[in-house]
Amino acid sequence: MLAYTIYLSFAGALVLAVLPRGWARSARVFALLVALCGLAVALAACVSAGAQGSVAVADVAWIPAMGIHYSLAADGISRVLVLLTGLAAVAGILFSWNIGEKQGDRANEFFAFFLALIGGVYGVFLSVDLFLLFVFYEIAIVPKYFLIAIWGSTRREYGAMKLALYSFAGSAMVLIGLLAAYATAGSHTMNLHELAQYPFPVSFQMWAFPLVFTGFAILAGMWPFHTWAPTGHVAAPTAASMLLAGVVMKLGAYGCLRVAMTLFPHGLDPWGFSFLGMDSWRTVFALFAVIGIIYGAAVALVQNDFKFVIGYSSVSHMGLVLLGLLTLTQIGLDGAVLQMFSHGILAGLLFATVGRIVYERTHTRDLGLLSKLQLGKAMPFAAWLFVIAGMASMGLPGFSGFVAEVQVLVGAWQAFPWFAIVAGIGIVVGVAYTWHAMQRAFFSDLPTIDANGAAVPIPEYEPVTLAEKTGVVLLAGTSLLIGLYPRLLLDAIAPAVQALPHALLTGGRP
Amino acid sequence: MNALANGMSYSDLFFITLPETILEVISLLVLIVDLGLLRKSSQATRTTAACVLGVSGSVAAIAWLLAHPQAPSIADGALVATPLVAAAQIGILILTALVFFLSTNAKFSRNPGEFAAIVLLGTTGMLLVTAARDLLVIFVALELLSLSLYVLAAFAKSSAQSADAALKYYLFGGMSAALMLFGFSYLYGLTGTTNLNGIAASLATEAVTPLLVVALVLVAAGLGFKVAAVPFHLWAPDTYHGAPAPVAALIASGSKVASFAVLIALTGGFIASPAYLQGSTWILLLVWMSAGSIVLGNLGALVQTSVRRLLAYSAIAHAGYMLLGIAAHTEQSGAAVLYYALTYALTTVGAFGVIAIVERSAGSDRLDSFAGLSRRNPLLAGAMLIFLLSLAGIPPLVGFWAKFNLFAAVLRSPSASHWGLGLVAMALGASAVSLYYYLQVLKRVYVVKPIETEPLPVSSIELATLLAIALAVVLLGIFPSLLSAWIPLG
Repeated sequence: MLAYTIYLSFAGALVLAVLPRGWARSARVFALLVALCGLAVALAACVSAGAQGSVAVADVAWIPAMGIHYSLAADGISRVLVLLTGLAAVAGILFSWNIGEKQGDRANEFFAFFLALIGGVYGVFLSVDLFLLFVFYEIAIVPKYFLIAIWGSTRREYGAMKLALYSFAGSAMVLIGLLAAYATAGSHTMNLHELAQYPFPVSFQMWAFPLVFTGFAILAGMWPFHTWAPTGHVAAPTAASMLLAGVVMKLGAYGCLRVAMTLFPHGLDPWGFSFLGMDSWRTVFALFAVIGIIYGAAVALVQNDFKFVIGYSSVSHMGLVLLGLLTLTQIGLDGAVLQMFSHGILAGLLFATVGRIVYERTHTRDLGLLSKLQLGKAMPFAAWLFVIAGMASMGLPGFSGFVAEVQVLVGAWQAFPWFAIVAGIGIVVGVAYTWHAMQRAFFSDLPTIDANGAAVPIPEYEPVTLAEKTGVVLLAGTSLLIGLYPRLLLDAIAPAVQALPHALLTGGRP
Repeated sequence: MNALANGMSYSDLFFITLPETILEVISLLVLIVDLGLLRKSSQATRTTAACVLGVSGSVAAIAWLLAHPQAPSIADGALVATPLVAAAQIGILILTALVFFLSTNAKFSRNPGEFAAIVLLGTTGMLLVTAARDLLVIFVALELLSLSLYVLAAFAKSSAQSADAALKYYLFGGMSAALMLFGFSYLYGLTGTTNLNGIAASLATEAVTPLLVVALVLVAAGLGFKVAAVPFHLWAPDTYHGAPAPVAALIASGSKVASFAVLIALTGGFIASPAYLQGSTWILLLVWMSAGSIVLGNLGALVQTSVRRLLAYSAIAHAGYMLLGIAAHTEQSGAAVLYYALTYALTTVGAFGVIAIVERSAGSDRLDSFAGLSRRNPLLAGAMLIFLLSLAGIPPLVGFWAKFNLFAAVLRSPSASHWGLGLVAMALGASAVSLYYYLQVLKRVYVVKPIETEPLPVSSIELATLLAIALAVVLLGIFPSLLSAWIPLG
């Protein structure tokens, strides 16, 4: 059943691509319907599968001569991420409801690219065959370029090209690793589980693991390869930044776990020597993740563009995901997957607030300018929304972020105590930048009188639309629900993590 | 050599060369019809008649090959007919037919009959060269192919660029043909035979001599020119830029496929023996040419502002990828190269078709002429999107599958163990770079606002051809096994 998420999205994209130009309004309704169907399918699958292990979805011989199958399956991790994709897709369309209001918006094309991207993302999360996974992974790259380059804002062509090249370079690294694994195993199969059974020589894994891991981690925004993320997020239209931070960066983290770590678990083993305190690829990447957490948070603190604040906060939060993955403990991995979900929801909410609700009305994202607009009074809805989303994102108990971050930190404490401390400091800086941005944008105490002593009138903006409110309720509600009752997802995630290859969970230990 | 003249069964010869014969007859027929019957008719009628005849000739030859993919080889294997050869020949014929379809609206010449006749002659050369397994036949067929293309490149008589394109192509081509013939003569001197199997058998027992190295370098120079591999690539940008669009498409497609077919045959012939497997001069040469082409082609394309020149540099890069497969010289890698060459050629013909249409309306092939194409003609823009993304190797288009298949074959080759992984990694890295320049074109097509806004007119036959090619690129990408009856995969 889950396979229909993919088919629906691609079919929707195709229909929208050939729809006549004038039908902009119907285009967005149609896109919303397609996304809702996808979400419904994902939700139904999540509920019906419950805590089951991997459920096969489809398996058809695709290129028999090379042992490549069209095979899809979903375990708990996949189901959770598919659900996230469904939510992000619906919310993204709700927050781009204004596209198509004006002539020349090219709404059909926008939603066609949007659904194609979504279809690719669903595909990655469901593929078991590595060739298939890679195909979907690359399908997701091209629409991102066009979404940003055509409908974006600040330096959009630069941001779009940078993002496309980074993604493609990363996927080239992944492809090298996959081809080498395929040729080395020599068994004419690309099935993930079958290939993972093959005892690749440790020396092979030692170079293939960092290559493939880095290739995927580029898309997950790992420091020092994160620079595409802030520029891309800032340039992108709201819906695209929501998807980019919400699900596309998750593709990278998912690939790290599902492909790099599962296929080459011995790449995580100690090298047998120590260089500058680094004794394995695991420590190296964990260090990168921690630097990402701190660096992203610190840079977010000094940004003047509201969207850059959120962009760098994504880098910081994705660092937590990578750190959780590299702990190789049950709790750390659980936390990492939950953090993927949580950050997907919350980053979407933050980008929607900043990019759609505030920017579309004030036409500026400069925090200095925003601080003079008395937004707290002019746009109380946006102000309170940002307070809630910001709190949730910095890890306030009661929201999904808290559960995820605590688990990651506990896992990290077991594996790398020092890194856990530093990551904890990063979270504190996270409180600071959220607070700082919130205060400047909404609750500035700049004098509200002009030079003559007259009170500056509170600017009037269009009221918040129904589509925006619905999207907000959807995302914030989900985060709250998961925060209050995390077992909804953890019950699916934990068995799937347990079912990961034994070599992975014991990896990194001699 | 004697085998060529003596002991040949003429019925076999007729059987095996019937497709070529059909093309020859049609090319004469085109001349008769155009210069005789239709002398007083309008230009449009003459063009249509010539193209229809050309297409029907190709179709007849395809039909024959489909029915008889296998035939007994003649003259001790000077010409062979196997399913793989038939696949290459059918591919070349399809490409020729597509070029005819795309020239129905061409305005570059007032002599459509001669144009069609020479295209058919060139195609004959391509078919022959694909089937040839004898140095002499290879040389003669390559010359037939090259001479036709030299003439065709100069076919736009009123355009100085066309003359420039042809002159450069001719000077480089003549030079490298001479070098190749020189190399062939050494090979003959060393082994006493012109038959590839005989050469392989003879070389298997001999040590590598300096003379053999000289011979191989000379042969590599000749074929490197045909496939536009570094350092014999210099003609390509100018010729692609100046030649009439259908001719450029033919040079980039059919001629490429034929030349790679020769390379596959030659490599199989030279080094079928184990002594030549590891690190032989020939392989080393090919690997260096390949590495140079990949780097130079991709870097050169980055700075181009003319889309044709951009495609020329990208062609150099693609030749580099394919040379990796030649250097790996296993049966799979040979088949993978053929698959790559055919699908690459198909995509390139499509891209040149779009360029020709844009050029006709804007008067130039600069990047800016493509601005806003998606608003002026969404279908044409969609086709261009598919072609360029396929060239960049984005799934689910056929370009990705061809690359995957080729690189997997290279990595699996036992003789590529030293250099395979490094060069495949380099090729994949370079193809990440290549996305940049393909996106430069697509950015104009989809993102940049148009200078002119009125719709771009396209004749229905051109549009139908381009959409058919685009559809084939998509379908072959989604179902790569479609061709597996002809070209074995894996």
